[in-house]
Order: sequence, then structure tokens, then C-alpha cells
Amino acid sequence: MDELAHTNAPGSRHTKRFQDVLEILENGINVYTTVNVQHLESRSETVAQITGITVRETLPDEIFENAEEVELVDLSPDELLQRLSEGKVYTPERSREAIENFFRKGNITALREMALRIVADRVDKQLHDYMQQKRIRGPWKSGSHLLVAIDYRIQSTRLLRWAKNLSYSMGANIQAIYVESSHQLTVRESEQLNKNINLAKQLGIKVRIVTNYDVVSAIVDFAQKENATHIIVGKPRVRNLFAMLRLGNFVNRLIRYSGNIDVYILGSDNLSKGRYKDKVIVPSFTSNLRQYLTVILLVILTSVTCYLLKDYIGYQIVSFGLLFLVSILAIFFGSGPILLAAGLSAIIWDYLFIPPQFTLHIDKPEDILMLIMFFIIALLNGILTSRVRRQEQKIRIREERTQALYQLTKELNTASGMEEVSEIATKYVRKYFNFESAIILKTELNTLDNKVQEGSSIVLSENDFSVANWVYKNSGMAGKYTDTLPSGSRTFFPLMGNSGNMGVIAAELQRIFTQGEEQFWEAFLSQISGKYEREFLRSAAKNNYILSESEKLYKTLFNSISHELRIPVATILGASDTLISQNYPEETRQELYAEISIASVRLNRLIENLLNMSRLESGHIKPRPDWCDVHDIANNVAEALQSELKLFKLATVIPPDMPLVLVDFGLIEQVLHNLILNATQNAPSGTRIRLKIFYDNGFLELQVMDRGPGFTPSELKYVFDKFYRGKDAKAGGTGLGLSIVKGFVAAQSGTIVAENRENGGAKFSIRIPVKIADLNQQKKLPE
Amino acid sequence: MNSADTILIIDDEVQIRRLLEITLSANGYKISEASTGKDGLIHAATTHPVLIILDLGLPDADGIEILKKLREWYLKPIIILSVRNSEEDIIRALDHGANDYLTKPFRTGELLARIRVAIRQSSDTSDSPTLTFGSLVIDLPSHLVRKNNEIIKLTSTEFSLLALLAKNEGRVLTHQFILKEIWGMGYMEQTQYLRVFMAQLRKKIEDNPTKPKLLNTESGIGYRFGE
Repeated sequence: MDELAHTNAPGSRHTKRFQDVLEILENGINVYTTVNVQHLESRSETVAQITGITVRETLPDEIFENAEEVELVDLSPDELLQRLSEGKVYTPERSREAIENFFRKGNITALREMALRIVADRVDKQLHDYMQQKRIRGPWKSGSHLLVAIDYRIQSTRLLRWAKNLSYSMGANIQAIYVESSHQLTVRESEQLNKNINLAKQLGIKVRIVTNYDVVSAIVDFAQKENATHIIVGKPRVRNLFAMLRLGNFVNRLIRYSGNIDVYILGSDNLSKGRYKDKVIVPSFTSNLRQYLTVILLVILTSVTCYLLKDYIGYQIVSFGLLFLVSILAIFFGSGPILLAAGLSAIIWDYLFIPPQFTLHIDKPEDILMLIMFFIIALLNGILTSRVRRQEQKIRIREERTQALYQLTKELNTASGMEEVSEIATKYVRKYFNFESAIILKTELNTLDNKVQEGSSIVLSENDFSVANWVYKNSGMAGKYTDTLPSGSRTFFPLMGNSGNMGVIAAELQRIFTQGEEQFWEAFLSQISGKYEREFLRSAAKNNYILSESEKLYKTLFNSISHELRIPVATILGASDTLISQNYPEETRQELYAEISIASVRLNRLIENLLNMSRLESGHIKPRPDWCDVHDIANNVAEALQSELKLFKLATVIPPDMPLVLVDFGLIEQVLHNLILNATQNAPSGTRIRLKIFYDNGFLELQVMDRGPGFTPSELKYVFDKFYRGKDAKAGGTGLGLSIVKGFVAAQSGTIVAENRENGGAKFSIRIPVKIADLNQQKKLPE
Repeated sequence: MNSADTILIIDDEVQIRRLLEITLSANGYKISEASTGKDGLIHAATTHPVLIILDLGLPDADGIEILKKLREWYLKPIIILSVRNSEEDIIRALDHGANDYLTKPFRTGELLARIRVAIRQSSDTSDSPTLTFGSLVIDLPSHLVRKNNEIIKLTSTEFSLLALLAKNEGRVLTHQFILKEIWGMGYMEQTQYLRVFMAQLRKKIEDNPTKPKLLNTESGIGYRFGE
């Protein structure tokens, strides 16, 4: 692939060609490529200085450094110029232009020198590494560790490039630090800061962001903690008197406190100076116009009030009133308006109050002194307050974010299931980042799902999904505001867990993140990803459990059900064969008919049970509550079990004031059906089976009691288990009936208890939370 | 029994058709069979059945769709015979004009009884002003109900409810249908009141209200008058 540093045509997958190359490499394909020396990011400053032309297409140094092998394509300047003039490089027209501008002989020579030097450096480093390797085992470190302090100014770019070159030739580690101080960033400044941080990333320098009012101590503390050997800072610009005082302070203190750490102070060049001015000063006025007007208004208002009262309080007290106002204003406004408030109130005080009134002239020397003191106190007071306030704001934002993360973690911890996690995540994104989002998770096959999670508030197009897929596979962000597939309207971030990507989150960003927001966002995503990872692990564990359970189920099913299924089928088959083939007397025939009928009923019951079981297992039981007269239920059950109950006495007890209850009729009917059938199968014939139904304070109570053998103590644990059958159970029965009962009761949030009756026999008690009909509302239905 | 009574069976299962054919012919009906919904519609138009037994799971169409098409012109009883046993399916079929619903597996005795009730009802053109069920006599024009020759006091709503059920003897009426007929569209969700009225009515007309013979509950679906 030619021209590694070039920019791709708009609408391509990546903005830069080197990103394509990286992706190709990641997929295991080697790439041969070319790059011109002037495109190297760390050299671009030097190139601009030599040629006077700023090269826009640059290649991150990291990529160059990571090249497996670098080969220099060298050509003498004359030969290159000849190739140019022969039209072998550009079209004749462009060639002429190029020769006149960029490719002047002097420039070419300088660039050639640069190229030779870069390659020489690289060879030198290789040799150095090789020698080190021979002598000592393990990775070798130069022991040097550079710390470059950057800020929100364009100079930092130069600082970064310079430091990078230095670290390269020293073989040193390099890190950058940005100190968030009380300085309020303007929009442009914060943009530049983002650019600086991105440049650092491109150069392969890790940036740490620290909040501290005191920049110097923040840098020194960090340097000491990280064992830095060199600190590199830019020379601060002198903007005004304050800055000048601060500058001396800054450099002196840095040198004083840094101890044995070397300090490099890099000068600024004209380029950054020029841009610097129009970058910072302009916005601080325009953006605060309203603040200025408010301040003017309040000062005038206070002055007028004082003017009316001046006969009572005297002109000197007025200064306290104005001072007070300035201090108060400092809580709400920036330093610009405060400066204005201090100045304005000083002038007003002088003009309106200090005798002689209505002139700026002051008679008494002590009044002059007082005026000067007034101005200084007002200014200091105001500026200090506003600085404290800004610092406090920053800390508050940090605190809010920490709090938000804490809340998120807390809520995520209580969540269970992917859906709930997704809902919480989307909710928090909306609350703290103010944009809509959608989450797509991976599937069990480790591919990205083709649908968004519950709670997502945006609908994704097919294109969005293909971007999401890219993000999932490549673990990098893509979409709007990124260098990959930037044409869409959403930005996609991978949800990275320890064991790979959990999925992708699509966000409708309204603007690029600021640095602080980005950190917050990353922390946010890592919390969410972590939770998803745990959820995936949990569901995998559950799946394993289900798998082993289903194997067990299969075996039991095979043993128990195959028997249960075959017996009635055998009966039907045998009896009907006999009936067809031989002419038996009518009496025998009737007996055989009856056998067929009984076997069919038994088979049907088994099938019903199996179907119910599978409904339960698949979680498809959704109760449909309706108002029920429990008498109806009891009657229906007794009706259905007529033949089984012939040999028993069924006693149904329902209190006369039994209200209507809101339950699923069918489920309750099935529950009672199984319990009473169970009783008929276990209790000796002729005994009494009791069915008691009553309402108890929010619960529907159903009790079925028989006079059978009851349970052995060890049995009680297993009564409701699938396929569990009582020790002395009669033939016929699968051990499904009671587990279905339990499932149906649980489906209605109820509980069931099995116990032995005092005088022998089994007792099942069911408690289901129910609503009862309010009969006072009966009048609603016209008679 | 009219020897010309034809029953149309629309079911794709050969075994079920054969079973029905044997059972029904033995009881004096003529049988017409169709294995698809399309054939069923043609047969219904050509063989003039007195009753149709319809399966819901047909190979070429959903039985409910066939039911709807039949109900555009066919006024005689249709009994659904299906393996689908959920309350929703049953209510849906009844709401779309089925007279009755039996789930497979079924007892042939029960099917025959339902067929007899359905045919008797649809052929009953006498418009008799009184309905008699054993000892219970309902005199429709005079709004009087007698049991064992004694007048039973009913509120007018109770009477309407009883009359509605009795006029549809043997047929399952869904809760919603009854609520709509007696109280109107606005009361279709008030099933608890229906339960209360039914309980009152049972106390008044049943010999043993806890074991009703006339006012039978169809679980989760509705009520059926008589056996």
C-alpha cells in the first residue's frame, strides 16, 4: 500500500490510510508500505520550520516505530528534481509548483538529512538494544523517565513532539500530565486541550489528568510518584502583570521543589505566540456580555441606594457596602466582571461620595489612600472568591461523577438479567450524559446480536449495525466524531470486558466529549461492561446447569415415562387386537372395551401432565387472573374426578361468606385436580378426602387432606420433585403431578406445604396472594 | 330423527374422520367429509349440512378463518373440535360464532350430546313463550319463573340472565357475551358482578346450589345452561 500517511476519500471506512493498514495487520496480513519523511508527526514542526509549509497529513510516530523493518529509499536531490521535472512524480503543472515551493533543493537536502538521521537513529537503537540484550537478560530500561507537562495552549504540541524525539533518542519512557487548575477554560482552549491530548496519544504518550489548584506541586508530586527523571515544561507566556508575577513564581518553584529531577524549560516560538493572542482574549469578553451588564446594573443599583442613605451613614461606610457587593458578585461571576465591578464601584464611590462630590478630585490624602485600598481589597477579594468558586465547581463536578459512578455500581449490583442491566445503563447515560443510547450485546456464539437491548431509546439502521459489528470485532470506537466510518449520525463504543467484548453501545453524541467527560464515560462503560460480563458468566453457568439437569431429566424421562407410556399403549393394542381377531362372548368384549377406555384415560392424563410440565419448564405459564367463585372450581374438580372419587367421600368446606377472588381459574382447577387425584391414589378406599377453601387476610387458602399413609420424614423434601414417587405408590403415575402443582402455585406467587396430619394422612396447604371483590361496588352494575 | 340430516366434518386427520364417521353414522346421521378448509367451504355450500364439525388446525388455513367465512352465510350450528385447549383459543372461536367447543381427546358420548343439543336448538322454530326444564318453567312474555309450580321471585336482571342462558340451552356463552347482552358494552370487564349474580341465581333456582345442574360453569370461559 503506497503512501501510508495519506487521507482516504470521504465516506471510506477510515479517515486515514494507516488505520486501514492497522486493521489489515490485525487480521494477520503483512503490509509493505511507503511514507515520506515529512509526514512523520514528531517531525512536522521541524519540517514546517525548514520549508515554511505545514504538512497536514501526518503519521503517528508509534506506527513508524512499530514497523517490523524500515528501509530507506534514498535519492540525491538532483536526481529527485530531475524526476520531478520529467513529470515522473506529478503532472508537469503541479511539478513546477512543487519545485518552486516545497521541493526546493535546500528543502530536499534538509529532508534527506532528516530521513537519513531517523533511519540512523533507528539502527543505532537496534544496535543498542542488541548489545543490552547480550549483556543482561530481560527487558532493558534506560532508567530515564520523561514527564512532559502540557496545558491548553498550542505550544504544548511543540513540547510534545520535542519530548517524544528526546525520549526516542534517550530510549526513555515518556508520560504526559495535564493539571486541571482553577483556570476556567474557554471553548477554544478546551478544544486545543483535546487536540493536545489527542496528539499525545498519536505520539504514543500516555496522558494523566490531575486536578490541583497548585500546578507546580501537582507536577512535582506526580513526577516523584512515577519516578520521573526529567520534567519538561513550556515557558509560560507573559500576558499581564499577574501572569508575570506568576511566571517567576512558577519557574522558581518548579526548580526549587523538583529536587534531583532535571527540569527542561522549552521556549515558545512566534507561531504559537501569534495564535495565542487571538485565541484566548477574545472569547473571555464576548461570552460573558450578560454577566458584565448584570454587574454594572447591580453596582449602580447599590450606589443609588447608598446615595439615598448617605446622610445617615456617611460616605466612608458606603465603601463597605460596595465592597460587600463585589464580594458577593464574586461568588457568581468570573474574574472579568469582578474586575469591572471593583473598578466601577471605586469610580462611583470617588465621584458620588468622596468630597468634593461629583468630581473625581479628592481633597484629603487619607481618602486617596482609602480609595486605593478599596480598589485593591475589592479586586483581591473578588478574584480570590471567584477562584475558590471555580475550584470548588471543578471538585463538585468530580464529586458528582464519582457519586454517579457509585450510584450506577450500586444499582447495577442489584440488577439481574441482561434486560435490567441494559435499562439501567441507558437510563444513566441519559441522566448523566444527556444523550440517547442503544446497547447491542454479543450472542452466545460470540457474534454481535442483531437487535438492540430493552430500554434502548434509539432505533438503529442496518448501516448502524454494520458499524457496530466493526466496533465489536475491532474493539475500537467508530462512527460520528471518530476516524472510522464517520459518516453516520451515531458514535459506537465497544463494551470491553476482561474476556473480550460484551457488546457495543451506540450513542447519539451532540458534540465531542471534553477530556473530563471522556474519562468519566470510559469509567462508566467499564462498569457496565463488567456487569455484563458477570451476567454472561452467570447465564453460562446457568446454561451448564440446565444442560446437566436436562440430561438427568432425559434419563429419568426415559426410564419412567417410557414405562408409563408403553403400558397403556400395550393395553389398548392388545385389547383391540383381541377384539378384532377373535369372537369372544359379549361379556369379555365389554371387559376389553373397558380396559381400552381406562388405558386411554391414563395415557391422556400422562400426556396432559407432560404438556403442563413442559409449559412450566419453558416458563410459558402466564396466569390470567379473573374473578372466581371458588364453589365453581370445587364443583368442576369433583365433576372431572367423578369416577376416581366413587370410592371416597369428598367433603368440601367453603365458608358461607367466601368472597370472589382474583385468580387463574384453570390453574387452580388443575392444582386441586392433581391433589385430589393424588389423594385417591394414596388413601385407602372408603376414607374421607377433605377439601377446605377459605380466604385469610389477603391470601386464598386451599387445603387437601387424606387418610393415606402420609409421608416419611425423609420423603417430605422430595415430594414436589419431578419424577419423585412415594415409596408405596400404586402403579400408574409418573411423579409429575405434584411438581406441576408446585409449579402452578408458584406461577401465581403462592406457596405449598406438605405435611402429615395428626391422626395420620397427608395434608397439602396452599397459600396464594389474591385480591377479593369489593362487594360494595356491586351497585355499579345496574340491576 | 330426520334421516336426511347431514353433518359435515372438516378435519385433516383421517383417523378422527373415520372415528366420527363410524360414530355418527351409527347414530343415524349422514356424513360429508373434507380434509382441507377449502374443500370444507365447498362441501358446506353443496351438501347443506345441519351441523359442521370443524378442526382449527387445518393444513391450508387457520380454522378461525374458515369459521369466519362460514359464518358469512352459514347459520346452522358449528362445533369446534380441536387439540387446542387454551382458554384464549376457545373464547376466540366462540366469539367468532362457534356454537360449541370440544377439545381432543373427547368422549364420543359427550360429542353426540352436544350435537343433539345444537341441532335441536337450531331447528327449534316454535318460538314457544315458555321454556321447560324439568320442574323449572320460564314464562318469557310474563317474566315469570316457576319451580315445582311455585313462583320464584327474580329481579329483572336475574330474569334476563336466566332467560338468555335458557334460550341458548346447551351452548357455552362467554362471560363477555353475557355481560354485553345483559348490561351492555360498557360493562364487559365487570366479571366479578356476573359471578355474584350467578351465585344468587343458583341459590334461587337450583335444587342444590353447590352442585348446579342447570347453571354450569365452563372454567375460564363462561356458562352453559343445562347438561
